[in-house]
Amino acid sequence: MKKINKFWLFLILAVVIYGIGQALIQTGILNAFYSNMLILMIINIILAVSLHLVIGITGQFSIGHAGFLAVGAYVSAIITMKFELPFVLAIIIGGIVAALAGLLVGIPTLRLRGDYLAIATLGFGEIIRIVFLNIEYVGGAAGMMVSNISTWTSAFVCLVITILVISNFTNSRHGRACIAIRENEIAADAMGINTTFYKVAAFAIGSFFAGIAGGLFSHNFYIIQPTNFGFLKSFDILIFVVLGGLGSLSGSVIAAILLTVISTYLQQYPETRMIIYSLVLVVVMLYRPQGLMGTREITDFFGKKKSAKGGN
Amino acid sequence: MGALLQVKNAGIQFGGLKAVSGFNMELNQGELVGLIGPNGAGKTTSFNLLTGVYVPTEGDILFNGKRLNGLAPYQVTRSGISRTFQNIRLFSELSVLDNVKVAYHSLAKHSILSSIFRLPSHFSEEKVMEEKSLEFLKIFQLDRYKDEKAKNLPYGQQRRLEIARALAASPKLLLLDEPAAGMNPQETHELMELIAFIRKQFDLTILLIEHDMALVMGICERIYVLDHGQLIAAGSPDEIRNHPKVIEAYLGEEVPSEHA
Repeated sequence: MKKINKFWLFLILAVVIYGIGQALIQTGILNAFYSNMLILMIINIILAVSLHLVIGITGQFSIGHAGFLAVGAYVSAIITMKFELPFVLAIIIGGIVAALAGLLVGIPTLRLRGDYLAIATLGFGEIIRIVFLNIEYVGGAAGMMVSNISTWTSAFVCLVITILVISNFTNSRHGRACIAIRENEIAADAMGINTTFYKVAAFAIGSFFAGIAGGLFSHNFYIIQPTNFGFLKSFDILIFVVLGGLGSLSGSVIAAILLTVISTYLQQYPETRMIIYSLVLVVVMLYRPQGLMGTREITDFFGKKKSAKGGN
Repeated sequence: MGALLQVKNAGIQFGGLKAVSGFNMELNQGELVGLIGPNGAGKTTSFNLLTGVYVPTEGDILFNGKRLNGLAPYQVTRSGISRTFQNIRLFSELSVLDNVKVAYHSLAKHSILSSIFRLPSHFSEEKVMEEKSLEFLKIFQLDRYKDEKAKNLPYGQQRRLEIARALAASPKLLLLDEPAAGMNPQETHELMELIAFIRKQFDLTILLIEHDMALVMGICERIYVLDHGQLIAAGSPDEIRNHPKVIEAYLGEEVPSEHA
């Protein structure tokens, strides 16, 4: 019963937030600049939550997430612009191809641990970017023209699905297996968990949603270029997850919202923007090294106290 | 098939170093057997051979007549061998209950998609896992800690939880790697009782590594002794106690009398 109540609570909250956003955009209270910021915010949340599954839950330190964003962005752009198929289909196929890319990258690299894995995923992320840079079909370095059709509605639906799927995955035997791998891989293996399978599965699911975010990302601007998906983009996503607290889904959501707002407002001060942004990060890491939320979830503050996630 | 576990001439070589070689062992259903030896004798290495952490470079390991060589640790666990670790390896950020639930993982069958879409199989199987895990914690008197993080338990309880977790994977053979390490005499005594209890309750075969001779001599029916990666003796506690090679391994060679 409790689980079902939680689900409906989440859905009602989602509808309310959606309604407020839609109303503000429809009535013109938020101009194009701000409604664009809202969509960008949602894209960042999806990216943060998808990387949270890989780093925060499964404990695999991947820093090539922008590569899968790029796959989703380019594949979905090709589908709407070259094949002129509907946007919904483009987003789904973008996600699937990104997931396949995740499998392809994950199967060899997830044998590595810690720093080695980080460097390998960083390398793969760059390889994906360079591949797009050299394909004439998608415009090479000059980039590819994409029509601007991402809306608050389409982005919000994607966000709700992302959060539902990832939190459902986390709160099941599969999510517990992933957390067990994060906590102690040797013990997880000794308890009968196929560690390679779960690492690759979490990586592929994370890549799928990065691909979904990519579809929204490419259709939120008029042009996409390989430079949008450099390793700095990967670090941006990584910062959301670390700042929010490794292992906390709501933490990465909050961090993504916060940092998107901060960096958008700081655009008025181009000279000092990166300095202030960096200072915010330094201050948070000094005073909350475990991230904004630690490993807790926002729901922990309401319901009964729970020690850690994984099964409810 | 008489023996539950048969180790035939197993060994492993790391580069030029033979960590364990010519290791022979037979465990019968229901036995409680000890594995002892001085530090660095290869006890934990032989556990790692049995559980698939290392692949033996020579010899065979047969469990229930099935060859285990080359299986990954999770496959070995699923075929019925479960273990604890010398340095406790709990999932420290997970709750006590979830630690046990992880061990039930492979007994449930619902797929990832079933969990993502919250199909009926997800709810029914998760419910069974929850109930079984709670039952287990009750048997081990850990149920009052169930929502506590594993890392917050006192040391003795962490050992207990590790054994509980290993048993939740429903093994036929349980390997305990120094279960009494770091325990005071009172805790060691409780542990001995616990081992005797689980053996009866779960119809287990147990192999344990231990340095605490009182414990080993007190509860083991047979003992194997390793030194420098070689099996030097095997037999009942009394035989081992008076075995010249064992005394030599632990205390050193007898010095000829003229030097005294």
